[in-house]
Amino acid sequence: MTAISAKPKVQAEPAKRVQFDNALLPWLFLLPQLAVIVVFFYWPSVQAVQSSFFIEDPFGFGSTFVGMANYADALASREYRRIASFTAVFTVLVTFLSLAIGLLLAVKADAVIRGASAYKTLLISVYAIAPPVAGLIGMMFFDMHIGPFVQMAAWFGWNMQVGLNYFDTAFAMVFVSVWKQIPYNFIFFLSGLQAVPVSVREAAFIDCKNGWRRFRTVTLPLLMPTAFFLLIINITYALFDTFGIIDVMVKDKPANNPITLVYKVYNDGFRGNDLGGSSAQSVILMVVVFALTIVQFRFLEKRIHYG
Amino acid sequence: MKTTASIALLALGFSSVTATAQSTGITWWHGMGGANAEVINQLSTKFNESQSECAITPVSKGTYEEALASGIAAFRSGEQPNILQVFDAGAATIINAPGAVIPAEDLIVGAGHEFNRDAFIEGVRYFYADSEGKFVGMPFNSSAPIMYINTEAFEKAGVAAPKTWEEFEAAAPALKEAGYIPMTASQLTWQFTENFFSRHNIQFATNNNGYDSVEGTEMNLTDPNLIHMFEKLAEWKDAGLFAYYGAGWADNQTPFEQGKVAMWIGSSGSFGGLQKTATMPFSATFLPYWASVEGAGTNTFIGGAALFAMSGKSDAENACTASFFQFLTSPEIQKFYHQATGYVAITEAAYELAKSEGYYEEQPVAEVGIQQLMLPSGDWSKGYRLGFYPQIRSIMEREYNRIFAGETTVQEAFETIKTEGDALLARFAQTAG
Repeated sequence: MTAISAKPKVQAEPAKRVQFDNALLPWLFLLPQLAVIVVFFYWPSVQAVQSSFFIEDPFGFGSTFVGMANYADALASREYRRIASFTAVFTVLVTFLSLAIGLLLAVKADAVIRGASAYKTLLISVYAIAPPVAGLIGMMFFDMHIGPFVQMAAWFGWNMQVGLNYFDTAFAMVFVSVWKQIPYNFIFFLSGLQAVPVSVREAAFIDCKNGWRRFRTVTLPLLMPTAFFLLIINITYALFDTFGIIDVMVKDKPANNPITLVYKVYNDGFRGNDLGGSSAQSVILMVVVFALTIVQFRFLEKRIHYG
Repeated sequence: MKTTASIALLALGFSSVTATAQSTGITWWHGMGGANAEVINQLSTKFNESQSECAITPVSKGTYEEALASGIAAFRSGEQPNILQVFDAGAATIINAPGAVIPAEDLIVGAGHEFNRDAFIEGVRYFYADSEGKFVGMPFNSSAPIMYINTEAFEKAGVAAPKTWEEFEAAAPALKEAGYIPMTASQLTWQFTENFFSRHNIQFATNNNGYDSVEGTEMNLTDPNLIHMFEKLAEWKDAGLFAYYGAGWADNQTPFEQGKVAMWIGSSGSFGGLQKTATMPFSATFLPYWASVEGAGTNTFIGGAALFAMSGKSDAENACTASFFQFLTSPEIQKFYHQATGYVAITEAAYELAKSEGYYEEQPVAEVGIQQLMLPSGDWSKGYRLGFYPQIRSIMEREYNRIFAGETTVQEAFETIKTEGDALLARFAQTAG
């Protein structure tokens, strides 16, 4: 979260400090927020960690302590490793493509003077579509028998079979996931671009005629705080929020189609009723995301200059 | 202020009305959507109108799997419904949980009703029963995998609909020449695996197909007959006699509806929908079998789902659940449900009633599923009870896709399914232990 808040370089004048007469009062104000976090985040996390050490009958009649066996089973499974590597590739592709296209569109839209708001509205409106609906639209586009995208691909000799061919399904999933996320990135990049002071732009314009170089050396560094924030958001999106899209696109029968780790957690836990195994997988995922976030803040954030 | 008070008074009045009527409310969670959910609502209304002691409220919980997951979550927090609909593949999960359900037969007999197992048709009788034949689940919506026939295609090719796979091999090239894809199928796990065992009367799993114990159960997935079936399917696909569009049900049904396919293996319950969507005349016949396999030609397992009476409810509510089960099996209601949905009638009386009214002369396709379930049964066509079976099906779906993509051989695929599937069964035995 520190990514969003700007760190003032120069010590600002001390803000007016609100004084509480009672030491307990601030805690009282914090209580609702804390309660929400504890009930909806910490408590389920603790439960997940706890049940990951057990093999349990779904109805809760009996459970057997198995130590790390659930973790060992997951990590040793070829299928799990296959899904993990797909998840990594999927996350990198979705994050990179949706950031890159979002940035490109934002830069172009920022340069438009006439009808700017019409362009922006058109680009942003996609964001209002819920992920399962996006998945549904995607599924119809890529339907084996009637999908217009499949017919278009056929002109180029590509016999696209989403749901049957691993690569084709992966392509369709990345396509729909990126399409869904572009507007979000677009909004942030556009507001980031509009925050670049006119004076800086004009000064840069005098110094350098090359538009690409100006973008690379002046605009981009000023956009970095936005980009870093979006990077984290997009990785989380690709890892977790694409669930609805994937579910709809594999028509709840994954077979040998690519799925992400989150979908596997759901599949084993809710469809397979294997609570122990599913909990162990979600703990693994939790650790990965935790590590990823630390790496990002430790190493990437240092290179970012907050204006 | 006055209005608030009068509203409160009104609300009080309402609650006292329901209380004085003294009807016991029971809930029914199910996994049906669309038109079938509407029929469930109609059934409930019929039941509520037929008597005044009990009032049933049906609640749709999404898909079969979601209904089971919600039922489990609710049971763990003591909020379970009186009746939960559980599908065939989830049967082992709920039946093996000791004390999660009251066996339907005990419930009905305990409430003072009569219960006659023989009233149910052959194929329905055992699937949701325990190894002694006592009904644990109440069969509800039942279906059988049958083969739909594009009659135009067969006329054009000048061949007859096949009864066996040998006949299929003989007829398929003519259908292909007439410009049709000879065959597609919508759920290979159900039609070509589970029911391959039932139709050919071959043992599916040790421990009496899993009915006797969860301990050490293993699946017979490397049976040479089964391997042969899938090798043939792969061969037919390469020869253009069979087309495979993945694990999705509709992807394999659509080309049949479009009139491009001569034979489609679907569910007896697909018939209602097909009437609206098929662009050509169609009929149906039994799921084919290999005449070369000795003892083949037995009935198939029932697909679909059953109703389970969850434990932990008051006697009054259980009595209501029992009378609802009684109500469901009455010939009139069975006939109504059969005709409204396309699922088969589960009692002989209901079947005879529909027949005597001439229903099957109008709709011959509606009879195929029942007739297939009424075929003589063998030792291994009664049912199977395997834990974590929804996950085992997922493994099968994955490997079948790989077979038809040419990424693996049939032998290797089934060895993988057996290894991973048996491991899941062992894991399930651990949860029960």
